[in-house]
Amino acid sequence: MAAFLEVQNLVKSFGTNTVVKGVNFAFEKGEFISLLGPSGCGKTTILRMIAGFERPTSGSIRVDGEEITHLKPNQRKLGMVFQAYALFPNLTVGDNIAFGLKIAGMPADQRRARVEEMLKLIGLPGFEKRFPYEMSGGQQQRVALARAIAPKPRLLLLDEPLSALDAKIRVSLREEIRAIQQDLGITTVFVTHDQEEAMSISDRIVVMNAGNLDQTGSPHEIYNRPSTRFVATFVGQLNTLPEASFGPNRAIRPELISLTPRPETDTTLTGTISDVGFLGSVVRLRVDVAGTPISIDTFNSHALTPPQRGDTVTLHLAAKDVLTLGA
Amino acid sequence: MKSDKFWAWLVFILGGAYFIVPLAATFEFSLRMRRGTYSFDAYASVFADPYFASSFTYSVVVGLFTIIVGILVVVPAVYFVRLRMPWLRPFMEFVTLLPLVIPALVLVYGYIRLYGSSSLIPFTGSVLGTDILLTCAYVTLALPYMYRAVDNGMRTIDIGTLTEAAQIAGANQLQIIGQIILPNILVAILSGAFLTFAIVIGEFTIASLLNRPAFGPYLVGIGTNRAYEPAALAIISFIITWGAMGMINVLGRFAPRTSARTD
Repeated sequence: MAAFLEVQNLVKSFGTNTVVKGVNFAFEKGEFISLLGPSGCGKTTILRMIAGFERPTSGSIRVDGEEITHLKPNQRKLGMVFQAYALFPNLTVGDNIAFGLKIAGMPADQRRARVEEMLKLIGLPGFEKRFPYEMSGGQQQRVALARAIAPKPRLLLLDEPLSALDAKIRVSLREEIRAIQQDLGITTVFVTHDQEEAMSISDRIVVMNAGNLDQTGSPHEIYNRPSTRFVATFVGQLNTLPEASFGPNRAIRPELISLTPRPETDTTLTGTISDVGFLGSVVRLRVDVAGTPISIDTFNSHALTPPQRGDTVTLHLAAKDVLTLGA
Repeated sequence: MKSDKFWAWLVFILGGAYFIVPLAATFEFSLRMRRGTYSFDAYASVFADPYFASSFTYSVVVGLFTIIVGILVVVPAVYFVRLRMPWLRPFMEFVTLLPLVIPALVLVYGYIRLYGSSSLIPFTGSVLGTDILLTCAYVTLALPYMYRAVDNGMRTIDIGTLTEAAQIAGANQLQIIGQIILPNILVAILSGAFLTFAIVIGEFTIASLLNRPAFGPYLVGIGTNRAYEPAALAIISFIITWGAMGMINVLGRFAPRTSARTD
């Protein structure tokens, strides 16, 4: 199957500053793709080039086999949701959702039906007469989502759509976005700096670092088989293991170390607990192993008395879980 | 505490008197046309003068055209400078302040030299041409006010993101300005429009030197030839101007709310 969204050798420079340094990726129809990376890594610039707001210095972008690199944004048939909602303040919710349909010349009765369908989809039926300022941030962002998908775009672009919302809404809305995306089967590109967000909703993640693409893969691959040191440290927690006993550049995830032996564990380390962090379902311990700090995540349990600072403990881990970090 | 309030009130009353006493005196004088008693005879005389109605109507029409041309020039200019060429803003600020620095007299002499009946573009050769020239001059005079009103209006909305949101939905530049930007800054534009109107209604120099029958020259003519009517006219134009200012305040309450709540 041919790729639906294909980016080739994409480069973007602002003056002498190159922010996207030759990025390639190809994804299939219906996939939910996250562009993940710290701020300034070029992820937003890539999204804006796909949308047409920035002109690539070189390289090409194809959607469904069509070269769109040099099309204007209003010719690309894409939908986009912005961080700051960007609803039109002078229009009602209904008119906001119908805006793209009206521009496309859809007759009024069909528009009304589509708006109603969209409002039902985002769980805000009966809101068409409201104005954006009468709604909460979460509601506004759902309307922005409805506005983006109402004209049935080929691609849905999400530019950190959850960053302006508070933590609880953020989690519920991301689940909602994922559900709607799977329901409609719409190919989606989601930009975020939040690795947990990317892991929880993506089919595939593109990890960006300083303008380069470091790794592309499923959340499972990215987390368990990070291809670069940057990916390993940016996604999830990581312990660097003492060089004396493991060799250079060896690391392990905190949840793969336990205080009691498990069938697969074959290696032990001894250390002193320097800190105990109670996170609810998880207890995070910091253990000092001959000067190397190691974090361990264990599940909270009613039966167990939590370890104390200063306790000497034995850490059990499996050699196969140890990651070797590349450059 | 108490003395603080005393001084505050004193300053307030002195300041108020500075504005109100001359106004009250003018009003009182305008009522004294009939000997020995107060009357509105001066006002009746003003309204009975056919030149009052014709010159006022002329200025209102020129004012409306000035507003339309001003909006068509300023709104797209401010929009594109804010969106695409923000480095041009200091230059724009400077240029739009020039009409306040350059006397209207200099402006109109320049116009007459450049567009006089013996020039290559003889605007003043016909009545319509002169009216067009007058309108253009007024657009220039009102530029500092119109520019600032529109610029303030655009500051309150995120024109960059709104433009992008409309673009990705398929809208072209004209649809964006007409359907998204204009309606959102309508109140700001109206306040600029009322300021423009207030300026055009009272303007004398340019209208007089271009020899157009505007309200300003009429006011001055009456002022030099009559005793009580000028006072009545002053009160009338004062009411018109303040009516325009009042409308700005009233319309301000209908400004679109663009709060971005994050809950």
